Amino acid sequence: MSEQPAAAETVLSVRNLRKVFGSLVAVADMTFDLVPGRSLAIVGESGSGKTTVARMIVGLEKPTSGTIVACGRDRSRPARRGAERKLRGREVQIVFQDPYSSLDPRQSGADLVDEVLRVHHDHDAQTRKRIVGELAEVVGLDRRQMHALPKALSGGQRQRVAIARALATDPRVLILDESVAALDVSIQAQVLNVLADIRDERGISYILISHDLAVVRQLTEDAIVMQRGLVVERGLTADVLDHPQHPYTQMLRASVPGPGWKPQRTRGLLAADPRAATA
Amino acid sequence: MSIEILDPVAEVAETSPERRRFGRLGWLGWISLGIVVLALLLALLGPVLRPFDPNTGDLSFSNVGPYGSHLLGFDQQGRDVLSRLMAGARTTIFGAAFVALLSVAIGTTLAIATAWFGGKLDAGVSAGLDVLFAFPGILLAVVAAAVFGPSLLSAGLSLAIAYSPYVARVLRGAALKERSLAYIAALEVQGFGAWRLCVRHLLPNISSLIVAQGTILFGFAMVDLAAISFLGLGVQPPQADWGVMVSEGKSGLLQSYPMVSMSAVLCIVGVVAAVSFLGDRLDAASKDVRR
Amino acid sequence: MSSLLEVRDLTVRLRMDAGPREVITDSSFDIAAGESLGLVGESGSGKSMTARAIARLLPDGAQCTGSVTFDGTDVLALSGDDLRRHRALVAVVFQDPRAHINPVRRIDDFMTESLRILEDVSRNEARRRAADALAEVGIDDPAKRLRQFPHQLSGGMLQRVMIATALLSKPRLLLADECTTALDVTTQAEVMAILDDLRRTLDLAMLFITHDLELAGAVCDRTCVMYAGQVVETRSARLLHQDPLHPYSAALVQARPDIASTAERLIAIPGRPLSAFEAPAGCRFAPRCPHVQDECRAQDQPVSDLDGGQVRCRRAVELRGSLLDGAHV
Repeated sequence: MSEQPAAAETVLSVRNLRKVFGSLVAVADMTFDLVPGRSLAIVGESGSGKTTVARMIVGLEKPTSGTIVACGRDRSRPARRGAERKLRGREVQIVFQDPYSSLDPRQSGADLVDEVLRVHHDHDAQTRKRIVGELAEVVGLDRRQMHALPKALSGGQRQRVAIARALATDPRVLILDESVAALDVSIQAQVLNVLADIRDERGISYILISHDLAVVRQLTEDAIVMQRGLVVERGLTADVLDHPQHPYTQMLRASVPGPGWKPQRTRGLLAADPRAATA
Repeated sequence: MSIEILDPVAEVAETSPERRRFGRLGWLGWISLGIVVLALLLALLGPVLRPFDPNTGDLSFSNVGPYGSHLLGFDQQGRDVLSRLMAGARTTIFGAAFVALLSVAIGTTLAIATAWFGGKLDAGVSAGLDVLFAFPGILLAVVAAAVFGPSLLSAGLSLAIAYSPYVARVLRGAALKERSLAYIAALEVQGFGAWRLCVRHLLPNISSLIVAQGTILFGFAMVDLAAISFLGLGVQPPQADWGVMVSEGKSGLLQSYPMVSMSAVLCIVGVVAAVSFLGDRLDAASKDVRR
Repeated sequence: MSSLLEVRDLTVRLRMDAGPREVITDSSFDIAAGESLGLVGESGSGKSMTARAIARLLPDGAQCTGSVTFDGTDVLALSGDDLRRHRALVAVVFQDPRAHINPVRRIDDFMTESLRILEDVSRNEARRRAADALAEVGIDDPAKRLRQFPHQLSGGMLQRVMIATALLSKPRLLLADECTTALDVTTQAEVMAILDDLRRTLDLAMLFITHDLELAGAVCDRTCVMYAGQVVETRSARLLHQDPLHPYSAALVQARPDIASTAERLIAIPGRPLSAFEAPAGCRFAPRCPHVQDECRAQDQPVSDLDGGQVRCRRAVELRGSLLDGAHV
């Protein structure tokens, strides 16, 4: 990916993004472009900074320095006015990892989407109801499930509600922060299919934050690998996974169980990073 | 970052509550609800329904026990005890409810504001509340009585102000915890403003704790108001009030005639216990909404 | 070959809000000394409860029928000192180490406490053994780590401490309940390698519970797949992946995306995994099975032997070899 200024058609552009917490450099220097229709994976383990990058892009964290431009508008600093916040909410959305805390326990999916629509648009009740129905269909939930409280829904169903909520304002970019990691394998497959369908139909670009390389392969074309706040490798997902260049990426790839895999003690490589808290 | 595989069976098994008969309130909860409803009715209608004039007494019946249609006898001034209890219910119960509601309102507002905005607001308010903690309610009531003259209103306001830091401290913790949950962050990203998030999302999800605090404070308020009236700084005679009756009955106690004081004490204890118990049950029942 | 652990027709009912609920039904499997058995399943499969039943750590009010025999002893009937000895022989490592260690006590207190109670070992001797155990799991400078508090150790390191502690009582069977799920993948590989080494040197049997079929396939000798409280397939780990006998095992294999290629669409079966008490009569997987027939719903499926493994499916023989073809749903 080039280091040139954002081309006109990029939907999200991040330049030299940096976040420091006290003396800890969570994100050292992050730069990438997101092109409409292509999805990007940010891969790393705990402490890599990948979640911090996601939080900065959606405005939950204030960057120490660097710029973020989404849909042609700068969002490097937190929004001051409500109108600006709402506008940004229509451009980039996020689905979090934990299905059990990412929904208001007192709101059904239908009520939640309805509220989002009321905050953003002036639709009448009829239109809102129609949109709720459409979104439910997109994410594969029936009427009963959409009107049920979260406690009556399983993890996979709750994530679908969260996705419906995120899509309610028709964003251009959807950040998936480990959104399928907490799901059962068979449910994960369903949700991954839903996400692929949504992308095909709506042309949304995904930023997939994940530690799971197989999911990354399934859902993204481009990948960035982070270790301790630094970008260590980037490229096409297929290239990064099939021919990893950086030792850390190679170690990551080698740690994935598969046929013929035998676990190796990898402490030598980890200890080489002087900042590593020994794992 | 830990990725938990959530097993609903295991979770449910760990936290299965005791089975309760008579629905979620339990039989004791229903009794408490009954007592609370009765107390509210008494507060509303007592002064109207009482059999005799609570303020007029016949001294020849001073400290005489139950007699004819005077089911609970007379107090030292010859006034019908039952009528005084019924008339006094209003000031006592509404007084305590006023204190509870006001302190909860102040405390909740402070808790949510400091939890939401954090930073300097949090530091400043917490410091202010720490100072307020140092003043027991009764001391504030004494000061208020000295400045504004003794009355139920001054006593009530003082207690409400004195109780607020307790509520704020407890609720701030809950509000902070709730604020850190992913759904609040998701709605922030959705562009929701602070007011909508705090009032329509944060507040309802800590409401069970708020209700619990309210019921606890109701109990404290009733007892504290009774003590303040006992000192003569709250409800002024001849207004009937359970706390005042406890005080007025002390001469009777010395004469081995506990009817006035004891009946008032039993009323206070009964209502406080019922409200506390009911609050506890409501809190437990509302936890079913979560997860 | 006699087994170290024999579970036969284990049925477990837990006491829940609405009454007793079955979570495990008629499950049977064996583990030989030194063997590693993977127990794979999704939510509600009953895999965690199985481990708890073996370790006698079920919640209050749980009812068990069937038998669990460890080294000839009836585990379900144990009590008192016998039960404590059993717990020394059957060690458990859980998913979240921080939930199972007292945060205000030091590591050496945690590790030596049970030793000093069980075997009446002196404090210094216990500390020496703890340091040795830490060294065995690959922790540098054990003496320093022993004096630290849990919050000073990373998740991976703490999990290694838990494993070391589990091994202090010289167990013969280790129950690992999703013990690497909460770890980074590189740390997971490290911990698995350690467990592998230790198993070989100590001739330790292991019940490895996980949701990750590929992980079980890589580190276990045999794998058991559970669904809705029942064991639906038991097979050699490698063969389960290449040639699953049960439609559910096949569905699990196919549901995972391939790290080496991008599929047009993943083969995802509809519905969600059920618990035993939610499952219908007859075959519990029938509502989601792509190969279901009417007879499947009519009666409970018996377990039959096939190709060195066991499978709970009446169509197993006829479906053999075609389950991974993927031309369905």
